[in-house]
Parts: sequence; C-alpha cells; structure tokens
Amino acid sequence: MLDRKTRRNLVAYSFIAPNFIGFAVFTLGPVIFAFVLAFSQWNGNGAVTFVGLDNFVKMGSDTRFWSALKNTVVYAVSAVPFTMASALGMALLLNSRIRGKEVFRAVAFFPYVASIVACTAVWNIIFSPGAGLVNVILNSLGVENLPKWAADKHWAMFTVVTFSIWKDMGYYMVIYLAGLQGISQELYEAASLDGADARQKFMYITWPQLKPTTFFIIIMLTINSFKIYDRVMLITGGGPGTETLVLVYHIYDMAFSNSRFGYASALAVVLFVLVLTVTIIQFKGEKNYANS
Amino acid sequence: MRTAKKLFLYGGLILVSFIFLVPFMWMLSSSLKLDKDVLTIPIKWFPNPPQWRNYIDIWKKIPLLLYTKNTLKITVITTLVQLFTSSFAAYAFAKLDFKYRDQLFLAYIGTIAVPWQVYMVPQFIMMRSLHLNDSHTAIIMLHAFSAFGVFLMRQFYMGIPDELCEAARIDGMSEYKIYAKIMLPLSKPALSTLVIFTFVNTWNDFLGPYIYLTTKVKKTIQIGLRVFMDDYTQEYGMIMAAAMLSLIPVMIIFFSLQKYFVEGIAATGVKG
Repeated sequence: MLDRKTRRNLVAYSFIAPNFIGFAVFTLGPVIFAFVLAFSQWNGNGAVTFVGLDNFVKMGSDTRFWSALKNTVVYAVSAVPFTMASALGMALLLNSRIRGKEVFRAVAFFPYVASIVACTAVWNIIFSPGAGLVNVILNSLGVENLPKWAADKHWAMFTVVTFSIWKDMGYYMVIYLAGLQGISQELYEAASLDGADARQKFMYITWPQLKPTTFFIIIMLTINSFKIYDRVMLITGGGPGTETLVLVYHIYDMAFSNSRFGYASALAVVLFVLVLTVTIIQFKGEKNYANS
Repeated sequence: MRTAKKLFLYGGLILVSFIFLVPFMWMLSSSLKLDKDVLTIPIKWFPNPPQWRNYIDIWKKIPLLLYTKNTLKITVITTLVQLFTSSFAAYAFAKLDFKYRDQLFLAYIGTIAVPWQVYMVPQFIMMRSLHLNDSHTAIIMLHAFSAFGVFLMRQFYMGIPDELCEAARIDGMSEYKIYAKIMLPLSKPALSTLVIFTFVNTWNDFLGPYIYLTTKVKKTIQIGLRVFMDDYTQEYGMIMAAAMLSLIPVMIIFFSLQKYFVEGIAATGVKG
C-alpha cells in the first residue's frame, strides 16, 4: 500500500499531467531548445554543430539585422505613446455618465478581436495610392503629391503604425476603464469642494492615480511592439526595401526561407533579451508602486 | 450649459466610433460592388444595384466551406483541450499541496514571459521531427497548452475559499469529485473568459497555420483568404465579401459574450 503522502502527490500529479505533458513537449522543450540552437549551426538536416558565440558575432555585420532592430525600435517609439494616449482619451470619454456606454465600448473594442487578415485587407484598400479613401479625402482637401502609403519609403511605417493604433487601442482602453473605476469618488468630491476645475482634477487626481495602470500599459505595448510580424507582412511585406523589416520578420526569413535555424534562434535570443529587459523594468516598477 | 457639455461629449464619441467603424463599413460596402467600382471617385457608399453575387461566387472561387470546416475543427478542439486540461491542472496548483508544486508552477510562469516568436523555430523543428508539420494537430498543440490558461484558472481558484474543499473532503469526496462537482460549476466566469480568448486567438491565428499548413485542403480560413488575395489582387469585391464572412463567427462570439471579455481583460490585465 502507498502511504498517504505519496498518494496525495500522485493525485495532484494526475491533475497536472494532461496539461503539463503537452506544455513540456510543445512549449517548455522548444524554449530550452531555442537557447541551444542559438549557439549552433544547423540547416535543418544532418548534424547540429556547436559554434559558440559565432551567430552573435555574425549579427555585427548583418545589415538586415541592424535595419530590423532599428525599425522595431522606430515602430515601438511611435506606436506605444499614441496607442496609450488614444486609449486614455477614449477611456476618459467613456467614463463619464452617459447612455449607451456599452455600445461605444464594444465598437472601440471590436477591431481588436477582428482577424488581422480581414483588417489588413481593408486597410490596404483604404490606403491604396490610387483612389483609396484616405487619398480621396486628402485630395479633396487640396493636398498635392499624395503619398503611396505602404509602397512609399517615407510612409510605409506610418501606415503600419496607424493600423496598430486603430486595432489595439480598444484593448488598452478597457484596461484604462478598469483603472478609472478604481479611483475613489471621494477624491473628486473633495476637489470639487476646493473649487478644482476639470483640468485640475485630471492633473492632480486622475493622472497620478492612473500611474500604475499607465506603467503597465506602456510595458505591455512595448513588449507587443517587439513581437510584431503579421501586420507588417500583410500591409507592407517588410518593404519597400528594408523600410519596415522588423526583428521577427528577419527571424522568420532566416529560419523558413534560408534554413539557417541556428542563426534564426540567435536572433530569437536577442528578441528574448529585449523582452526580458522590459519585463525586469516592470517588476522593479511594480515593487515601487507597491511600496509607495 | 450642461446640455452643451453632453452634446459635445456625444458628438466626440460618435466621431471616434466612426473612425473605428469606417473600415468595416468600407468592407461591407465594397463587398457589394463590382471590382471596378471599389476604387472610383466619387466614393459610393451605397452600391446600386448591390452585387450580392460576390457572396455566392466566392464559395465557388475558393474552397471556403472547407477552410471554414478546418478552422472550426481546429478552434473547437483547441478550446476544449485548453479548457479541460488547464482547469484540471489549475485545481492542483491552487488547492492541493504536493512536492515540487512551486517549481512546476514557476516553469509555467517563466514561459509566460517568453514570446511565442522566440521559440516558434525550434517548435517547428520539433513538430516536424514528430511528423506533425502540415497537420491540424500541430496547430492544436501549438495553442492548447498555453501557460496563460493555467495561470488564469489558478488565479480564479485561489479566490475560492479553501474551507469549501476542506468540508467536501471531510464528507469523503475525492479530489476529482470536488473538482467536478464544486470547483468547475463555480468557475463559469473564468471558463467563459478562457473560452473567448482561446476561440478568438485560434480562429484569427495567422502565423501558426502560415508556417505549418502547406497542403491546400488543410488550410484555415485566414490563410485561404490571404492566398486568395495574392492570387486575385484585383477582385476587390470578392476579397471584401470573403473578409466579411470570415469575421462572422468572431462577431457572434464577441457580441454575445462581450461582458466576459471586458471582465477577463480587467482581471488579468491590471493585476498582471
């Protein structure tokens, strides 16, 4: 007979096993494998050769890698603040006492759940250089030399970033709404008694109280910016030239178009380090908010 | 004064909503146009006569029914596996005391911070070595065992008082029975959140099926739509009709379970 403790352990393991086996094989294993491959050379067949830091040294002279890194940062720096600000603005509008709140919220949130393929399909037509909606409107406003958007060296990244703001802001708006609901009404009542106007209430109550939420949103947005791929592929195809080539695009190319699995994994480790850095900043920041 | 403010507020909201909706209205309007009328000046929002044919012809042009079936199969199985296995595992993590519990849970938490894009390459190699590439099983395995599901369910179970389980144990209920008879019925809100997130993620997934599914008859609706757009770049009317159709299942799920979406984001989002 098994003793009580062993039995208790076995029961617990039987609960975990169905998920953990799948998780270990399809997630945990590949994560560990990625770090092994990063220090190896492998074309997908035959032997895996250990090459030490070779892959990372090669990145130094890989101009596409540097463009990808630069573009990823440019994307993050432009998408993060604008998505955050629009999400906050929309949340503030929706937080007032109005009718049909749920309808507006659903409308703002829907782009987030709509498929990327369908959304980019319509985006490409709206931003079509010929007679797309955007250029028709700009033209009627008297703008000359209309941009070719996704095919335009100077506007391709802009086209992707505006898409991201439109698609993602509803999600962050919902997080902001939850944050706003957590602010005590007494603070506002006290401020009203002191004769504070709307601007002062925002500056001295809403904004400081929302700091942890804003911090969390900026972290999430930054991490998600590092991971973008499919929207870039579907809107610009990484072009024109290397104008919108992003990090994950380069990883995908190296692995699935060039069968350089070792090098692709080394690039993936760079992505991981970027994300990890932001995550550590998040941990530190959350501790600060917990203390204050 | 107050009415002026209200008017201003509603005006602002309607304007912003318009920005969100215009692309979908454009999609709907274009889906009822002849290809040559999609990009014409001036813009006609109400096609006359509406080309309902686009919605009929698309089914013949590409195997849309097959794509829908494939996607539905993958999505439903993934959601069921995810729901069952993660709520099962989460029960042990939240309510049972056993050896290596914290270490095992740390393995889950650790991978939440690792983006899928970091390990998509070795994952593909591993699936290929198991001969799972170009199969629906690969896509299901890719989504079904996410650490997120276990984490979400565990957080929810932690909020249920331990005394409830203790009392049931004293009554002689087995752990399996406590899970099935007490915990599962109580966790409907968390389960609903998980269903929606898994369903929408799997239905909309692009990169996963794009990497794995190479045979035409196995493709999902997102990949099918993309291939159609590449092959028939000028057939705007039909492209938009197919895009509209691909949105319908998510639209139904979203508008009927919107509440759980919002609650799920608020719960997992703010607390991290």
